[in-house]
Amino acid sequence: MENVRNLINITDLTLDEIDHLIEVADDIVANPTDYQDICRHKKLATLFFEPSTRTRLSFEAAMLELGGSVLGFSEAKSSSAAKGESVSDTVRTVGCYADIIAMRHPKEGAPIVAAQKTVVPIINGGDGGHFHPTQTLTDLLTIKRRKGRLNNLVVGLCGDLQFGRTVHSLIEAMLRYENVEFVLISPNELRVPEYIKEKMNEVGVKWTETTSLEEALPKLDILYMTRVQRERFFNQEDYIRLKDSYILDLAKLKLAKEDLSIMHPLPRVNEISVEVDDDPRADYFFQALCGKHVRMALILFLLGIK
Amino acid sequence: MNVDGVKNGIVLDHIKAGESMNIYQLLQLDKLDCCVAIIQNVKSEKYGKKDIIKIDTELEVDLDALGYIDNHITVNVVENGELARKLHLELPETLTSVIQCKNPRCITSVEQEIVHKFKLVNKEKKTYRCVYCDAEYK
Ligand SMILES: [Zn+2]
Repeated sequence: MENVRNLINITDLTLDEIDHLIEVADDIVANPTDYQDICRHKKLATLFFEPSTRTRLSFEAAMLELGGSVLGFSEAKSSSAAKGESVSDTVRTVGCYADIIAMRHPKEGAPIVAAQKTVVPIINGGDGGHFHPTQTLTDLLTIKRRKGRLNNLVVGLCGDLQFGRTVHSLIEAMLRYENVEFVLISPNELRVPEYIKEKMNEVGVKWTETTSLEEALPKLDILYMTRVQRERFFNQEDYIRLKDSYILDLAKLKLAKEDLSIMHPLPRVNEISVEVDDDPRADYFFQALCGKHVRMALILFLLGIK
Repeated sequence: MNVDGVKNGIVLDHIKAGESMNIYQLLQLDKLDCCVAIIQNVKSEKYGKKDIIKIDTELEVDLDALGYIDNHITVNVVENGELARKLHLELPETLTSVIQCKNPRCITSVEQEIVHKFKLVNKEKKTYRCVYCDAEYK
């Protein structure tokens, strides 16, 4: 059992392993026919105890494109979990049917429990507010492809930085690269939690906090947008006062660098105005493509194929 | 060490004064059918005041649990009425089934059969985190 690799948290992967995944992801684009049958007769199970159509489709598309097949369920309601079956029992059973499992669960630590119960590799597709490592891999591949590097970057993170797990993971992942500076753009109510600041201070990276997107924009290489949710605010006035200042539109974009890369984990609501979609700096749909490629590379890696 | 009254068993010494009842409960000593003596407020040169628990039966004590509660406790193993060996406790690296995760978002909060497990992340501050959800135990 010890030799089985899982992906629960992005820090389960070394920098070399992340580099390897990025290389394979690029090779998949360069030589697609080499990969189209590479997972023939292999099965991926997608166990989504909580619905997330986007993430699930990305995993399934990845496996299908590798020539493998997929099985699973898309919400607890339609599965045995609705009848009260535990994660352990579900995974033990599915481990007999599939070669690899991608799972999402509303409770934190569920994939760790799963990994203890099967010899099949487990990929964490999100466990509550805890980890979502394949999103982070997606983000890293997108940055690498757009910027050609993962070091020497000024990364702006904007929106709900308190509860946004994708933001926390991305910071944690990028802390490991040289000379990355973080600009944290959020309303005072939704700042990055203390433990993330402690981590940044431990590593000694440069980071600044601001409430103004306009102020931050000119120096950014990457702008990672997230949604500011109404229910996070204590009163409506604050929400109404603040919500527009964290919406990216073409007027604000005039302040940005020509080669800015705009990212968003999706789904978006209105925090990026649709008029931005046709701007060459808009990378959030490209990100979705990167997500499929990096999941293909990850499946191959965990299956020990490449 | 005075091991009077114990033939084959253990004597827990240097318990912080006032803590003996907690340890009695934690080790579930009430479930034993042997003689258990709790001695409180004993004058100690080293620690001022201390408690002592004497248990007259061969008992497998969860040393990790005991070390977590108070790693200054000394465990004296008595055989045939004589002190056989002394065990010194350490703050354990992992704690299994000793404390319970209180994070309502943790998988352990919904699936009862999962063994609660914590890992030591800071020795000085005695901080433990749940291995499943990473929540700090407070
Ligand atoms: Zn927990």
